[in-house]
Amino acid sequence: MTSMEMVEKAQQVERPRVEPGDTVRVHVRVKEGDKERIQIFEGVVINLRRGGIRATFTVRKVSFGQGVERIFPMHSPNVQKIDVVRSAKVRRAKLYFLRDLKGKAARMKEVKKSK
Amino acid sequence: MVTGIIGRKVGMTQLFLDDGTLEPATVLKAGPCVVVQAKTQQGEGYDAVQIGFVDGKYAANKPTAGHFKRAQVPATRVRREVGVAKGASAPAPGDQVLVSIFNQGERVDVVGTSKGHGFQGVVKRHHFRGGDKSHGSMFHRAPGSIGASSYPSRVMPGMRAHGHMGVDRITVRNLKVLKVDAENNLLLVKGAVPGAAGGYVVIRKAVAAKPEPQPQLQEKPKKGKK
Repeated sequence: MTSMEMVEKAQQVERPRVEPGDTVRVHVRVKEGDKERIQIFEGVVINLRRGGIRATFTVRKVSFGQGVERIFPMHSPNVQKIDVVRSAKVRRAKLYFLRDLKGKAARMKEVKKSK
Repeated sequence: MVTGIIGRKVGMTQLFLDDGTLEPATVLKAGPCVVVQAKTQQGEGYDAVQIGFVDGKYAANKPTAGHFKRAQVPATRVRREVGVAKGASAPAPGDQVLVSIFNQGERVDVVGTSKGHGFQGVVKRHHFRGGDKSHGSMFHRAPGSIGASSYPSRVMPGMRAHGHMGVDRITVRNLKVLKVDAENNLLLVKGAVPGAAGGYVVIRKAVAAKPEPQPQLQEKPKKGKK
């Protein structure tokens, strides 16, 4: 194992397989003063950037009619857990076109993931 | 105790801290090193040590081999001189220098050789502005005036010009040690380090480290009555 792998492997966290089009629930640690709680951010993965420890993914949700996107580092200690709620059939890697769609048009066909 | 160590730049990555912040980090293979020669006040006029980076085989030529024979250590290709902490026990030839001389959170200076850029013009080498590309400018990346004419009839020394760029000795000061992995001889410092991956650097304790900034607790001004 190279030195670089040793440094990076030590930080990697076991995460479920996340793909663009998945609806995920991201459990985020939020610090308020000296209290800590878990906040859940649920939405569609519209971008997945691989790269080992540098991997990130973007989750988009529509909150009170306002589109909200959040980029999470895949292996951040602030991300306690990722649940894949459902998966959808998508034909591209980056689902940025969803930003221009709303309501019914932004629906996607569900596919059952074979585990 | 020795205040520096030789390392090899492995490359850059990032490191999550416990509170989830992400820091840019350079991974350095630091040591193990061995003291090859101790320089003393009596002998050389100053206190220092020459250390060698134990890293693979090195077939030294006869004069170099003799240098190592005196210290009774195996020959090492990369050797550098580093300082000795004042008041500490004097290191002797054959002593090991390990990455554990550094602690997490400490500040270090990293001395290396910058990447070569070859022969470069003034725009890249000295950040001259250059001229307009278009609008009939006719002055693009040339240096412009380099001084007055008949007086002084020469170019002042130190005038910035085109020429060879890079492959300079560069010191980056006060880099924070993010992690010390004594088991694998790895050192993670915050930020970038001169040179390409695979290049050799000297890591030494910061010569001009400032005290760590403490978060200032601001006293809230009391409203109303005093």
